[in-house]
Amino acid sequence: MAAHTHHHNPALLHHFSTEEQQRNSASFGMWIFLATEVMFFGGLFCAYLIYRHWYFGDFGAASTSINAKLGGANTAVLICSSLTVVLAIWAAQTSRRALMIGMLVLTMLFGLTFLGIKGIEYADKFHEQHVPGASFSFEHVPIPSHPDQYANPRHAEIFFALYFIMTGLHALHMIIGLGIFSWLLWAAWKGRFTPEYHTPLEIGGLYWHFVDIVWIYLFPLLYLIDRHK
Amino acid sequence: MSGHSTSEHAKSPLTTYFAVWGALLLGTWLTYEASLLDLGRYNAAVALIIATTKALLVTLFFMHLKGASEKLLKLVVASTIFFLILLLALSMFDYGTRSFS
Repeated sequence: MAAHTHHHNPALLHHFSTEEQQRNSASFGMWIFLATEVMFFGGLFCAYLIYRHWYFGDFGAASTSINAKLGGANTAVLICSSLTVVLAIWAAQTSRRALMIGMLVLTMLFGLTFLGIKGIEYADKFHEQHVPGASFSFEHVPIPSHPDQYANPRHAEIFFALYFIMTGLHALHMIIGLGIFSWLLWAAWKGRFTPEYHTPLEIGGLYWHFVDIVWIYLFPLLYLIDRHK
Repeated sequence: MSGHSTSEHAKSPLTTYFAVWGALLLGTWLTYEASLLDLGRYNAAVALIIATTKALLVTLFFMHLKGASEKLLKLVVASTIFFLILLLALSMFDYGTRSFS
């Protein structure tokens, strides 16, 4: 009774019949989770669209006060981290342990760089008193393309509230991602991942890429509006 | 036949990965430069088209949606996009056509 005769991958759980079925189930579950994440961020993007429509010029004035170069640098950093994630998975698939570990470390370094640049950006906003709340100040800032009109500080405050909530939730996702990748790095170090079994890397990678995609939309919507005016 | 599939299998995905990475960086540079041009009402459209192209590249090649065998998975992705568009489009049809005066 006790002995299964054929070679059995210890990573294959008994309620799955094949490794492929187990892999597909895991990634399917992750995609469903990502669907809920899309709707979660979607509500915020919806709020952004409505207020951008209502307070069009005020949003333009507020957006041009954000450092777009830092935002652009952060976009590049995240794109590089997405590359190192796929390279880590490729290394696991082709039994290159050192490369896998190196790529996981690089991914985490890119993630930390992103958060560091984000911190510089937030510090600037604190100094400029652009954080919504009692000390918020956005007086006498002209509206792009209407230099004779000043932006309404109350409307600009809505922009900055959305900016901090959206980039803040995104940064929280980055921090959780770093936690996930710390665990992946530890498991990779322990030799848990083989060409046959590296599902956690793939699932963690899906999460990391999703967070990258959210940023791909946040960058133009928050940093790049009305800069030409 | 088997020889063909072996050579297909042996083909490294690295070329694709680096090409997608290059395209994503190019898209980032393009969207930054495009934001400095006065395209009138098309600035937002250009920014969103570039962003969506980048998002597609990430999902198809980095998240391996291209070549995914599971039909259920494609259904999840399609319904996600459908409900996101439903949320954004219906809200904007409402708020965009109301007069709040």
